[in-house]
Amino acid sequence: MGKLFAVVVTIITVVSTAIFIAHTWWLPPDISAHGHAIDRQLSETMISSGVLFVLSQLALALFAWRFGDREDGRRVKPFPGGATPMVVFAAVLVGAEILTLTLVGAKVWAGVFQTPPDPNSLQIDVQAEQFAFYFRYPGPDGRFGATHPELINEASENFFGLDPARDTSARDDIVVPTLTIPLNRPIALTLRAKDVNHAFYVPELRIQQDFVPGLTIPLHFTATQTGRYEIVCTQLCGLGHYNMRAYIEVLPQAQFDQWLKDKAAQQ
Amino acid sequence: MRVRDLMLVGGVGLGGTAMMIGRAATPPGATISGKVTFTGTPPKMKPIDMAKEPFCARLHAAAPVLTENVTTGPSDALRWVLVYVSAGDQGSAPATETVRLDQKGCQYIPHVLVVQPNQPLDIYNDDSTSHNIHPLAKVNAEWNKSQPIGAPPIHAKWESPEFIPVKCNVHPWMHGWHLVLTTSHYAVTGEDGAFRLQGLPPGKYTITAWQEQFGTQSQDVTVTGSETKSVSFVFKATPY
Repeated sequence: MGKLFAVVVTIITVVSTAIFIAHTWWLPPDISAHGHAIDRQLSETMISSGVLFVLSQLALALFAWRFGDREDGRRVKPFPGGATPMVVFAAVLVGAEILTLTLVGAKVWAGVFQTPPDPNSLQIDVQAEQFAFYFRYPGPDGRFGATHPELINEASENFFGLDPARDTSARDDIVVPTLTIPLNRPIALTLRAKDVNHAFYVPELRIQQDFVPGLTIPLHFTATQTGRYEIVCTQLCGLGHYNMRAYIEVLPQAQFDQWLKDKAAQQ
Repeated sequence: MRVRDLMLVGGVGLGGTAMMIGRAATPPGATISGKVTFTGTPPKMKPIDMAKEPFCARLHAAAPVLTENVTTGPSDALRWVLVYVSAGDQGSAPATETVRLDQKGCQYIPHVLVVQPNQPLDIYNDDSTSHNIHPLAKVNAEWNKSQPIGAPPIHAKWESPEFIPVKCNVHPWMHGWHLVLTTSHYAVTGEDGAFRLQGLPPGKYTITAWQEQFGTQSQDVTVTGSETKSVSFVFKATPY
């Protein structure tokens, strides 16, 4: 029985390691300026934890193979000092690994989430609600109109609660359900939630950020490849959560300019 | 004598004309007819981008659906205005025929639906996507039901008179109205803004026109015999 267990553990270890090494189920291609740092950090994490995983599983298999079928009742060899030092040793070993990964990873995370956006970023407001995302551009005047939650009216497409009757800067605001952005230009999003927690997740951008009602949360990135990608909500936000998605459309600058002009004309 | 103007919507409602179909024979009694128009500049009917729901976006790729909260027609006509007898009704028999509401192309068809208390209402999902119908009733009991692809119709009815806004929880742009009226003397204007209330016994009536954004206007009208009286409603529109 011990030998069978050792074989099964070895097979599981080899197959699962091979799946990771082959990137069978891996992240989609990175399309962001910062994504390489995230990917590098992910690889370092996978390698360091993967090496420990393989070593520990193979050690388990080895011990099971050699000693699993012994029937004389003798212990193989006790850990010096007994069980308590063994648990402390294991906790310190794993803790040191996790702490190291956290410190290194936090640096990468902070480089994305705790740096100020480029001052020339394109500013876009994002409103998340059950169960959709809406995006707002300031329009030709370059200014966002003020938002008034009590004026939100989906029937007239006033998803942000603008007051164009009194607020002239709100009249040209462009509100769309697809995040259209220019290629290679820094984008600064401002995230707001209308009702409950939501999340903004674009795997290709290596970006995931929660929306929290009452908080205004900044998020910035630069897309480096044109294309259409899915934005999904990754916070369970209600019965329609499964259908809460939008798309991000990355266009060359000239095409983006034309798109913005066309949208401005519709306001 | 009960009179009912049955409103049908042609095609999938892409700016189509709502036709007012009365009874084959004109019922005895007086008629009040007219037109609902606006002055000023109404809000733009904005194209609805349904990118979130690819099935519906494809259906409307050639001609986007427009917002319907203020729908205008030729010669300053206002569509989707309810005109009804708000006072003076001399008795309306309860309606028993089933009214149908479709969710088609991620739109409510018709946008404005009128029923009487306890009149059967069947709600269909004609789309290859799920919907979640949510009437925001305050007087009646509010409810909120999912309707997956191919699900049977939802059988509903409203007990008390109320103007109920209806939304879809999955598609925020989907918006319509269930108007629950005790009177059977009503009409909903089509693209030409016209309405016609027939079979009115002699008497004095208050005729009210309701538009979801502009509110209500009322006029008192007295009719006798089988005369036809003309009444017009003019709403003042502002662009915002």
